[in-house]
Amino acid sequence: MTGYILRRLLMTVPVMAVVALFVFSLLYVAPGDPAAIIAGEQATPAEMQRIRASLGLDQPFVPRFARWAWNAVQGDLGVSVFSATPVSEMIVQRIPPTLSLMVLTLLISIVVAVPVGVVAAANQGGWIDRLFMSAAVLGFSLPVFVVGYLLAYLFALQLGWLPVQGYRPPSGGVWEYLSRLILPALALSGGYIALIARIARSAMLEVLSQDYIRTARAKGVARQVILFVHALRNATLPIVSIIGIGVATLISGAVVTETVFGIPGLGRLVVDALLRRDYPVIQGVVLVFSFTYVLVNLAIDLAYTLLDPRIRY
Amino acid sequence: MAALLEVENLRTHFATRNGVVRAVDGLSFHVDAGETVAIVGESGCGKSVTSLSILRLVDQPPARIAGQIRFGGRNLAALGEAEMRDLRGNEIGMIFQEPMTSLNPLLTIGRQIAEPVMLHQGLDRVAARARALEMLTLVGIPAPERRLDDYPHQLSGGMRQRAMIAMALACNPKILVADEPTTALDVTIQAQIIDLMRDLQRRTGSAIILITHDLGVVAEMAARVVVMYAGRKVEEADVATIFTDPRHPYTRGLLGAVPRPGSRGTNTRLAEIPGSVPSLIKPLVGCAFAGRCPKAGDICRRAAPAWREVGPGHGAACHFAAGAA
Repeated sequence: MTGYILRRLLMTVPVMAVVALFVFSLLYVAPGDPAAIIAGEQATPAEMQRIRASLGLDQPFVPRFARWAWNAVQGDLGVSVFSATPVSEMIVQRIPPTLSLMVLTLLISIVVAVPVGVVAAANQGGWIDRLFMSAAVLGFSLPVFVVGYLLAYLFALQLGWLPVQGYRPPSGGVWEYLSRLILPALALSGGYIALIARIARSAMLEVLSQDYIRTARAKGVARQVILFVHALRNATLPIVSIIGIGVATLISGAVVTETVFGIPGLGRLVVDALLRRDYPVIQGVVLVFSFTYVLVNLAIDLAYTLLDPRIRY
Repeated sequence: MAALLEVENLRTHFATRNGVVRAVDGLSFHVDAGETVAIVGESGCGKSVTSLSILRLVDQPPARIAGQIRFGGRNLAALGEAEMRDLRGNEIGMIFQEPMTSLNPLLTIGRQIAEPVMLHQGLDRVAARARALEMLTLVGIPAPERRLDDYPHQLSGGMRQRAMIAMALACNPKILVADEPTTALDVTIQAQIIDLMRDLQRRTGSAIILITHDLGVVAEMAARVVVMYAGRKVEEADVATIFTDPRHPYTRGLLGAVPRPGSRGTNTRLAEIPGSVPSLIKPLVGCAFAGRCPKAGDICRRAAPAWREVGPGHGAACHFAAGAA
């Protein structure tokens, strides 16, 4: 087991290297010159040349990438072109809001989606099933920003129950902290709930047709216990897998949500950086996102061993 | 003495897209306390549906169960679901054909055996676990203390079927319904499981309804035999009579299809029953077996044969049942 974890962690190295190379190349070929943006419109060519040289932009691709990658491995993601602060510092500052948003979204999604999937499967073809699955299609198709603005309009502007936007750290009081996260998390969970609920439903249907479910019924086990103990346990593997895969959607969703609700998280950071062509920041944030995704999926593979005694690494 | 279980005119029909499938169509038989009754027939004759109908484990709809299943003064066909649950695994236990897939892969053996005990006898976790251990010992699983915390995939097929039997008998049921309990097992394991079931029956005194197509198993275990064909009973007799004096051509066909050491030359072909089971959707005119029967006459195609008593406890649904074998 420990060997497996170490091997898997080791395997993240080439994955991350490929991601790094990809991100770096993409920005290398992207149009736009950070030097021109920094120097401003009145800059002379000589000035721009000086700025380029100071940023290392005049160097060829390979040495530039090598230097950046070598520093990144040591935790130094460079300095923001725009604000001159170290990128790693900026990222660390922005993690708490994004992490809070994602964790809350994850909680809401699982708590809602799993029972919805189970109940839909238990009433396959019935009106509850059809209602839930229609709602799921809606959840898929509505973009996060539409749901976000609707929620903000209704609950913040019209009803005044919750703040419109912003973020407060938990140190400033639990309600201050949570109240600003509820609407964005709800907006972000829509698609995620739909995804998990659909997978939960089909996994449950598959499990409910198994012989051991009939055995449980032959023992006189009540229907709810069969559903939530005997069947759901066996349906957890596909559900957990989709939760992991969905983290990717969650990350891209967080970028949009943070913009809609004015949350100073990683999503906002990367959007601002993109607009300013702040290369070091973009590269840093994308690396962090990729690394998170790889780690989450490693955690999920490890969770399998806890959920299914037949899986051993 | 009144029978322990009395099935009368049981009809289990399934509504399908293509019409109503009459899987069981007017079946009657009874089981006395402590007795083993075998229900035999080929695939699709309705024997498994019969066993599932007794415990009401077929989904309604699409199925519809009609008729009487009298057990302990109640008609199971009309019992409420909650009362039915109290019976299942408690007074009537059931084991299935596939020990590989019939156990929940994510629950320990001990927990699966303890579950009905906790449910029906109100034992707490510790007492139920002790009972599970007792049951595992009873069904002859080696190192039962260790097996309690094992998962099904850690057990061999024969061991899993033993665990299934332990689970079905954990609440001392009055009847054990065994649906093809040995079919999925190796021949040597089959013999062990049959020995085990006979031994347990002697000790616990529970009756057994044995669903099988294996006449060898019937000869080993059953006291009485019900032969089913196309959802109906075609012959019933005690086990010796079935083997020595079968009256229905279908029963004779089944017996003829069994290889017997020494009784024939090694190169002779086994007699087979030509054709296959008729569709259970189209209404049957005449005898269901007429199309495959070597003896069939005009009357067989015209009129369904009535049940004829041909001896004490021996009857057959054949126009020619009275004739010599």
